[in-house]
This record gives sequence, structure tokens and C-alpha cells, in this order.
Amino acid sequence: MDQPIHRRDFLKTTTGLLTGVIVTGSPLALIVPGRAWAIDLGALTGSEAATLLSMARTIAPHDKLDDAAYAFVIQAIDSEAARDEHFRKMIKEGTSSLGAGFAKSLEADRIATLKKIESSDFFISMRIKTLQVLYATPIAYAHFGYEGEAFSKGGYLRRGFDDLRWLPEVPLDDSGPMPM
Amino acid sequence: MAKIDFKDDSAVVIIGSGAGGGTLAHDLTRRGIKVVLLEAGKRQSLETFSQVPGEAFGQLTWLDARTQSGDWGVARDFPTLPVWHCKTVGGTTVHWTGSSPRLQPWELQVRSAYGGIAGASLIDWPISFEELEKYYLIAERRMGVTRRNDMPGLPASNNFKVMYAGARKLGYKHVHTGHMAINSKPYEGRAACIQQGFCVQGCKMGAKWSTLYTEIPDAEATGNLDLRIESTATRIEHDATGRVSAVVYRDGHGQEQRQKARVICVAGNAIETARLLLLSESSKFPQGLANSSDQVGRNYCHQVTGFVWGIFDKPVCSWRGATLAGVIEDEAINNPHRGFVGGYRIELVTLDLPTFPLVGLPYGWGRDFASIIDNYRNLAGMFINGEDLPRADNRITLNARVKDAFGLPVANVHVDEHANDRALRGHAQGQMSHMYEAIGAKRVVMGPFPPATHNLCTARMSANPRDGVTNAWGQTHDIKNLFISDGSVLTTPGAANPTLTIVALALRQAEYLAQQMKAGTV
Repeated sequence: MDQPIHRRDFLKTTTGLLTGVIVTGSPLALIVPGRAWAIDLGALTGSEAATLLSMARTIAPHDKLDDAAYAFVIQAIDSEAARDEHFRKMIKEGTSSLGAGFAKSLEADRIATLKKIESSDFFISMRIKTLQVLYATPIAYAHFGYEGEAFSKGGYLRRGFDDLRWLPEVPLDDSGPMPM
Repeated sequence: MAKIDFKDDSAVVIIGSGAGGGTLAHDLTRRGIKVVLLEAGKRQSLETFSQVPGEAFGQLTWLDARTQSGDWGVARDFPTLPVWHCKTVGGTTVHWTGSSPRLQPWELQVRSAYGGIAGASLIDWPISFEELEKYYLIAERRMGVTRRNDMPGLPASNNFKVMYAGARKLGYKHVHTGHMAINSKPYEGRAACIQQGFCVQGCKMGAKWSTLYTEIPDAEATGNLDLRIESTATRIEHDATGRVSAVVYRDGHGQEQRQKARVICVAGNAIETARLLLLSESSKFPQGLANSSDQVGRNYCHQVTGFVWGIFDKPVCSWRGATLAGVIEDEAINNPHRGFVGGYRIELVTLDLPTFPLVGLPYGWGRDFASIIDNYRNLAGMFINGEDLPRADNRITLNARVKDAFGLPVANVHVDEHANDRALRGHAQGQMSHMYEAIGAKRVVMGPFPPATHNLCTARMSANPRDGVTNAWGQTHDIKNLFISDGSVLTTPGAANPTLTIVALALRQAEYLAQQMKAGTV
């Protein structure tokens, strides 16, 4: 893809790019047009973004959930850091304190490191941001099997609302008829 | 739509357009009474409701600051959001799940039924169940409550099948898809439920009853309603004799306005209603309005609530369908042999994927936490709704250190849980775990103490003026032309989700108020 590379030339040296490749055969092919993804960063360096992505993956480890989903978390943090000086400072100091080797270290070590800073504003913010953004993306919906918005599809009445068959049906007296 | 002059002191001014305020507005205007209805929020519609949970949350929720204190779990788990109610035309009836059970006769006589309990401020209601029942009948018909009158029960969802199977295994007998104000068939020009599962984001079918698209448009059609949106009441004024005379509010441009009134009815949900009375202190009323008893803001109740999730090894897809359409009523009894007084309902519940990790799960992170979410498709959920005990020091007060956008002290919500509440919760969690385990759950997860969605009793009705704020009609003991019209008036919370009771009391209040105005006594 030409565009990201050209734009990269114009980016300031203090900010960077977060890139990745989507795993072959992933169901995301329907959602994401190409197999490569890239996020332009407005406040974070590429290295900081990679550290934060690793931190998000340690907070909410879903091994088969593509990096692309976690990239949305980083994008949200980057946007807020670009807008809010106090937040930007907290994120950059926090990331710096994790050390350059954080992203490449073993999970057990990453967990130990995060446990030490668990009551810091930095960790608390990162955890909430991860939980707020990660599960609200179309990628996460597809991965976890959540069907989302229902109005445009006529609700779930005829789309599996009561398709569970591994338990008995409920008597009509204790429930009610399917509407016509 | 009427346009009532600011200086017109013949109108009733209602603050808040939810279950209480919206219903009252309709029942006064249809009796020919002019009403100014002030609503702090904006006006949404079936078209503007969003099924992107984060977006809906921002659109509907009261997000203006309040603080919290006390040992209740919300202070630990949700420090910035102790209370979850709405700021929108229709109030919290836009967000509610439609659950409409009745209080039971003994729940109106808890002081007599439970006796005196140390650390609780129990009193009996000043009205009988027979009196309240007359208005339950009207409310149920008005709202289209299922399993009442000709409205069939809602069909059983996957999540309800799981609940039902577990309930039957434990020997529960009173299990059904609930008394819900959700159309199981088209009713009063509103569609039937198509089981979308976005009840709390605003029902895009209008199948769930909400004053936004029932009472308020009906009130507007009478020609007697002046609805003013984005209008935040900041003070209630009174005259030299102590009668309330006007509401001061900030309009949509932040300008201060003053609307004169013959009668003022406060229905801003129990936190803001108490706050407004306290903010309206004067030299004549240094403790705030209607507060000679010092009970305004006290006895705050929110019911014992909480999520319990069962993880199975087969899909449930619990998000498919009306969020709370299921109930077990066997434990909604008073049986002190269980180790506590008061009862609880076990209700069906689900949460959308984005909200689930934020509200449904206790604090956590890492592999174990993530593994619960990995099972989202195989999750079933239930919700406790139980009676909490009123306590004099569980209360709404003004926080002088934190000010709102207008420079006024915000509300502080203080709760220290009574041991009875903890015992009730423990019993409920135990029963609910057993239910899921009995039908093969591989894991059961207890949710945290969620933000309070049922806010009650902060201006409670009492027979003796010393024990509360309002009389049997929600009229304040101290000031004859000042009424309270929302959940603040419930004397004690009971184990029933409160909206039906709020509507019934508002219908009764409208009848009384109209008579009093006609007779010239108010």
C-alpha cells in the first residue's frame, strides 16, 4: 500500500506508525479489506504504541483475537494523548517506566511488572481504555460471536431468539406465544 | 403545545418527565389543568436511539457530577458513577427494562412485619395495599403490562430457558417471563416486541412503555402542556407565607429563567429531587424546603442488586431478546428463617458485549478475566432485585467541595450497607449459583455491586410528619402546594422494581391534586 509509506515520510520524528498483518484464514477478511493494517499516530511513537499494545494484550489476553482489534485501543489512547496534555504526559511516563524490553518479554514477567503498578493512574487508565474500546469493535463482535445491532434486521424473533435445544422448552403458561 | 407565560402563576410546574413526572403531566393536562414540564435533558425518539452501547450511554445518561461515600461496593467498583439514571425526555423510562411487578401487601407494612431492627429506620406506609391496588390496576392497563388483562406473557428466550431449567431443578414454582411493560402484541398504537435486546438503549420499536412516546405526546395533544427541554431547575422559591411560588431554572442557552407556579411537583429522580429541596434553603427554611423533619435525602434506598453469570459448554446467545424478561418470585416473601428479613426477586438479565466487561464483571485483568469473556456466547445471566433496609444516615447531602457547571454543590450519595442487605445478597447469590450448577454450568461468576438504577425513599411518605417528608398523596407535610412525584416518595423499597409503583402513585396524586385545585385548597 503506497499511501501509508508516503505519508510516513511527512510524519514528524516524534510520532510514528503502528502496523500489522492479519492472520491468514481469519474471519476478519470479511471486515477488513486488506491483510495489512496501519494506524497513523499523532502523539505516540511507534515504539510506545508497540509497548502499549503489548500491555493491552497482557490486560486482556485473547490469543486468537487479532492485533488489529488491540490496535483500536492504541488508536483511542493516541487520540486522547494528542488532545489532552495531562493524559499524554501520564501515558508517555508510564510507557517509559515499563522499559523498552516490555513488549518482547515473557508474559509472566509482563504480568509481574503490571502488578507492581496496578494502583497507578497509568495502569487504571489503560485497563479501562482497553475494556472500553476492545470489545466495542466489529473485529471483537466477529471474534466473540456477538451479533450486535438488531433493529435493522427485525430483531432476534426469527433469528435465533429461542433456538436453544439443549434444555427443555418452557410451557406456554409460564411464557407466552410467539407473536404473529 | 401550550405556551405558558413565565409570570402566569395559575399553572402546575412539574420538574422531571419520567415515570412520575410524565404520568402526572398527562393526568393533570387531560383534566384541563395547565402544566409547565421542565426537563433537563434533550428529546430523543425511536429514530435517534442508538444500538451502539457506548453511544447510547452518552446520549441518555445523567452524567453531571455527584460524589459518593460509605462502605457500599459501588464506591469501590464504580467511583465515578454511583447512580445510573437518565437525563432525557421520558427520564429513566427510556432506559428501564420494563419490569413491572407489584409491591405485596406486607411490603407496605414492614415495621409491623419485621419489627424494630437495629440500624434501620423502618416505618409503615401511610396507605393500605387495597388503596394502592386500585391504581396498580389502572397503571397496568395504561402501560400494557404482560400477564395482566389481555396482554399475553412474552415468549421464552434462550436465556430464559436456562433460568427456567435451573429454577425447576431447585423446586421453584413461580417462574415466568415476567410482568413486563413490553407489548407482546400491538397495543395502543405501539408495535409488539421483536426481541432486539437493546431495551436499555431505548426501544426502537416503542414496544416498551416509556413516557417519551405515550404520556407526554398524550399530554401535548390536550393543548395544556408546555414542555421545556434542556431546562435544569436550580432552585424553588417561596413567598412570605411559606407557599412555593416559582421555579428558577437554566434554559438551553444557560440563561436563568423564573417560572411562577400555583403548585410545584418535583420528579427529578431521588438524588436530584432531594438535592433541589436542600439547595432551596432560605432564611425561613434553613434546612431546605419541606425539611422540618430533617428527613429530606435520608433513608435513601436502592435495592440489593447484582449480576450472577453461568458459563456453559454450549451456546446460549443471551443477548437475543428482551433484557429482563424472566422472573422467579418464590423468594419474594418474608421468611426470617433464611437469615434476613424482606424478600428478593431473581430476574433474567443479559449485557451486550461492550458493556459486559465494564459493568457485569468484578474487577480483574489477565488470563482468568479474559477467559470469562471468551465464553460470552455460552453465558447465561440473572439479576438479584431485593429489599434493602432504609437507614437514617444513608442519605443525599450537598457536597460543598464539588460544584456543578452552575456553581452549585453537587449531591453526595452515602451508603453503609446493613447486615441484612449482605445476608440477603449472600442467600440470593447462593441460590442462583445452585441453579446454574444444577444444570451443568462449568463456572459461575458473581458480578460487582452495580451503579444504583432504582433510587428511592429520599422524600418518603409517612403518617407522622416527624418520620418523613410527604403525606399519603406525596404532598409535603410542610408546604401544601409542594408535591413530590417520583420514587423519592416510596416509604420503603420492597423487592419490586419500582416503576409500576411510581406510576400508580402519580396517577393517584394527579386525582387528588386536581380535586384539591378545584376545591381551592391548594
